[in-house]
Amino acid sequence: MERPPVVVEELTKIFKVPVREAGLRESVKSLFKREHKMVHAVAGISFEVGAGEIVGFLGPNGAGKTTTLKMLSGLLHAESGKADVLGHTPWQRSKELLSQITLVLGQRQNLAWDLPALDSFDLNKAIYQIPTADFERRRDRFVEILDIGDIVTKPVRNLSLGERMKVEICAALLHGPKVLFLDEPTIGLDVTMQRRLREFVLDYNAVEHASVLLTSHYMADITALAERVIVIHHGKILYDGGLKVLAEEFGGEKTITVHAEAVPAAHDYGGVIEQTAVKLSIRVPRSDVASTTARLLNDMNVLDLSIEDPPIEEVIERVFATPKDEA
Amino acid sequence: MLALARYYVAAGKLSIQGQIQYRASTYFYLIGFLIEPVVYLVVWRTVAESQGGSIGGYSAEALTAYYIVWTLVRAMNVGFDPNAWGWRIQRGRLNEMLSRPIHPFHRDFAWFGGGKFVWILLWLPMAAGLWIAFRPQISPTLVEGTAFFVAIWLAFAVRFALLWALGMITFWTTRGSAIFEIFIAAELLLSGRLVPLELMPEWTQIIGAWLPFKWTFQFPIEVVIGRLTSGEVLAGLAIQTTWAAALIALIWVIWKPAVSKYTAVGG
Repeated sequence: MERPPVVVEELTKIFKVPVREAGLRESVKSLFKREHKMVHAVAGISFEVGAGEIVGFLGPNGAGKTTTLKMLSGLLHAESGKADVLGHTPWQRSKELLSQITLVLGQRQNLAWDLPALDSFDLNKAIYQIPTADFERRRDRFVEILDIGDIVTKPVRNLSLGERMKVEICAALLHGPKVLFLDEPTIGLDVTMQRRLREFVLDYNAVEHASVLLTSHYMADITALAERVIVIHHGKILYDGGLKVLAEEFGGEKTITVHAEAVPAAHDYGGVIEQTAVKLSIRVPRSDVASTTARLLNDMNVLDLSIEDPPIEEVIERVFATPKDEA
Repeated sequence: MLALARYYVAAGKLSIQGQIQYRASTYFYLIGFLIEPVVYLVVWRTVAESQGGSIGGYSAEALTAYYIVWTLVRAMNVGFDPNAWGWRIQRGRLNEMLSRPIHPFHRDFAWFGGGKFVWILLWLPMAAGLWIAFRPQISPTLVEGTAFFVAIWLAFAVRFALLWALGMITFWTTRGSAIFEIFIAAELLLSGRLVPLELMPEWTQIIGAWLPFKWTFQFPIEVVIGRLTSGEVLAGLAIQTTWAAALIALIWVIWKPAVSKYTAVGG
């Protein structure tokens, strides 16, 4: 069986952080005795990303997502554990590996600020030694998909944030990387721009069969792109599996919404989310959905009924709230 | 090797375009560089004239030539200094450079090197103005001119590598720029930047010859103002090459342990 492009085993990163209380006295004290705290940013995580797979990497701020991406793209050395990206240990930073991956850090810029993006694209051609035919084919396709024909000829400093992100991601993929590490690629963008970037990543993934590890605080990014998610908190993996399964495992309840000719003022169907004279939204345990639905249909003259999983944001919050030893 | 050469051409072109974009700012830098040597020039010409027309073997006109060439050498040997290293690391700007399959040294060297062509171009009218105002004594031969061209690029390579190596201290301490202040003080005294080393105490000249500073300032100037024999010019070019190679080798050796200390702050 072919080895997955990304294999992580017991990966750990510890940062030594200086600490001191506020105030002049503490400041003077720190001249003589400096105290440090060891922060386990990533605490022995293991996972794999298969060829052509898109995996959402979720967690609150400080969970260890970006640190993991930085280790996998060779920016940071791990304290212990192993990482294998396309057959290489990333922090050895071999040219062969760096030529086959890309790291996009949201709102960071890789392009020459004062020049049109096309000039930076040409520089990337030289850096990655991209054959002219491949370079032109990919560049022209990306420009068309992202609709940036008018943008790439303007100096980067004159572009809006959304426009800049589009040319940034275009530049980052010109060399045809097989593994993409995308850290908040849609941060700060409006919904239209977010959607355009998602479509672009999906297209790239389909055409190039590239593996993608994606972090985002926008659940729309995750639901649109990833079938599998890894949830990390306090440097440890809390969940690794299908997005749908996550909703079933952690989204303990479902939402039932009914529109009826008349909704009884008093009832015991479940926890009320919203109630009017003609509409009722309730939250019920998954195991009670069938019986509660039957009761609603029996008790009311129902015009419309829907059963939904809780919003994914809510599910993720539940995962984060899981005690550490249950992870 | 060919791939690296292609990269240098592409990055150099990009740098030239960037410098052209900011030509006014480049010109102001050059004007800034003018103030320092003009002060030295006026002071030392006055001293030379008060001592019968020459000092330390330099006539007033030769000193004028020294400081006019100084302006070009100064513009040529501007490099990526430790202050900029501090900024780069604190702002997380090294992240994108490290994620590419090219050593950041090449990126910086190509970028600064490319920009020098614009700097030289912009320096010419300024030098003409100084020439008219101060009437220097300078008439280089074709060989001296060629040797000077090589010497200023080697001076750039030596000083650039030296600053880059110093800047790498930022991987271990967040305030590497403090060391830069010591570097500048040593350079002022031991390079011929403040004054030709012949006008300094003998021990300064001895130390200066053993350190890289002199080869980044005084040597290229002396080449073009005709104070050196052919043998001294060749020996000087060899010393410059050795310093550049040694410093670049040092950077390559330190690089791995330095990057292993990198904490990749700033996103």
